[in-house]
Amino acid sequence: MAEANPHPVSIQKVGGPESTAVLLRELVAHLRQSRTQLREEWARRITEAQLLTAMSKEEIFAEATAVYDNYVDVLETGAVEALQDYARNLSERIIPRGVETHEVVGIVLLLRDVLARSLFAKYRQDFDKLSRVLDAYEPAANRIGSTVAVSFVQERERIIREQQEAIRELSTPVLPVRERLLILPIIGMVDPLRARQLTEQLLRGIRTNRARVVVMDITGVPAMDATVANHLVQTVEASRLLGATVIVTGLSPELAQTLVNIGVDLSKMNTVGDLQGGIEEAERQLGYRVVPMIEEPPPQT
Amino acid sequence: MPSQKTTVPVNADIDIVTARQKGRELARDLGFTSTDLALIATAISELARNIILYANTGEIVLSVVENGTRRGLKVVARDDGPGIPDIERALEEGFSTSRSLGLGLSGVRRLMDEFDIVSEVGNGTTVTVKKWRL
Amino acid sequence: MQVPILKQRDYLIASIQAALTDADLLQLRDALVSQVGTYRSRGVIVDVTALDVMDSFAVRTLRDLAHMIRLRGAETVIVGIQPEVSFAMVQLGLTLEGVSTALDLEEGLAYLDKKLRITAPPPVKRRG
Repeated sequence: MAEANPHPVSIQKVGGPESTAVLLRELVAHLRQSRTQLREEWARRITEAQLLTAMSKEEIFAEATAVYDNYVDVLETGAVEALQDYARNLSERIIPRGVETHEVVGIVLLLRDVLARSLFAKYRQDFDKLSRVLDAYEPAANRIGSTVAVSFVQERERIIREQQEAIRELSTPVLPVRERLLILPIIGMVDPLRARQLTEQLLRGIRTNRARVVVMDITGVPAMDATVANHLVQTVEASRLLGATVIVTGLSPELAQTLVNIGVDLSKMNTVGDLQGGIEEAERQLGYRVVPMIEEPPPQT
Repeated sequence: MPSQKTTVPVNADIDIVTARQKGRELARDLGFTSTDLALIATAISELARNIILYANTGEIVLSVVENGTRRGLKVVARDDGPGIPDIERALEEGFSTSRSLGLGLSGVRRLMDEFDIVSEVGNGTTVTVKKWRL
Repeated sequence: MQVPILKQRDYLIASIQAALTDADLLQLRDALVSQVGTYRSRGVIVDVTALDVMDSFAVRTLRDLAHMIRLRGAETVIVGIQPEVSFAMVQLGLTLEGVSTALDLEEGLAYLDKKLRITAPPPVKRRG
């Protein structure tokens, strides 16, 4: 309560840093004391709001306990790192269960409300004190809420990246066709990440299969920008370092133009029109001679 | 989470090997793929080599960095050499001031995800590069 | 650190066992050039399987090595470049252009056998 002071020495701002710390300690103590019933209240409201339907009641309760305790700890210490770790860990566990972002944000907001209501109830006789308590509580509670939400979203993004990586890997098979001969059919758009994965798989394939010739077919690649075209050239060069020559087949006139535009000397690159021709060229290089079998005479009609 | 940090003094050519092996170790602990390990080790090798070529002493500082859920490796190559008068030119593809020895900064930039260079004539050079894990 | 150099028929085989310092690489280069002359070898294989990094210095030294050995009338093949290493090399723009490469020792020998058969084969000595 601000009073006129005849001998002003220092004017302590109501709700200033010192009193905030004291108030936080007080409300943290209260929240810990009321832990059991507030946690139950919260779990009840989660179910009411039909959140976390993917989880069982027991699971919700277990996580609710951990979240509640973490929440109160962070209110007390202000140390967000532990909360981030917990949030990431929690996200890792619940994302595969199909829990969505709005649910995670929802339950954290509900907890904030439940705790706030409990503060209203406790300090309802002293409006000024309630004001100051809320001044201390709200910024801390909001920081907690956004920390949890952001951690959840970041974890989702990480998982999505991993899945994309796995998809890229599946979509680029390296096929050993004959001894020393590999075929690499590339289909679809190639972005720099896929190009890089392609190169890694091919180089490993060359080593594993002891390939001397690779036929890289790009008939199924609709377009390529200069970056990816560059990757292609690098793949050919890297393959050579492993002792394998690369025959590129299915090079459309447009792609050929792109390569020329980035300064590739196409005469140095081994290109053949189509996959069939490429395989024949490869066999020739490997020293195979393709001999036609003696044909059966056609049946007499 | 405390960030691990290793400093490798670079004064002789044997330190080039030490620096890149330490870098490889740290990167392996971070879970980088074997391809990325080779890129990182090669980049460190080039940076350390530049220190030997152009300066009396220098150091390579390796540390773990974080960005949200991503973790990465940060390499800072610092030397007390003469500094690079024309940074833009030094970053040009295939540029090398000395015939027999490679500056290769443009190459190093290609190998890593982030690249930064601060250099002042008479005040040495600091190159900072980062590579991020998934 | 010395790199062991083996003599096999007309060939010299240098197997690098571990990471080499710049000085070691230069020493290897000089040793090979010298021994090619001593043994009148026709082919040299440098096995870099154990190298986890091939930076600009290594590539330049190997190129010089191949060049100097060709001046002595012999052919060089670099074998055992690891897939990850080759990837890093091309990213850095180091291509080992003009130097023959093969997957491993076996392929390297096959390559030399084939290549040197095409050029002048060693004269057959007739015992009178």
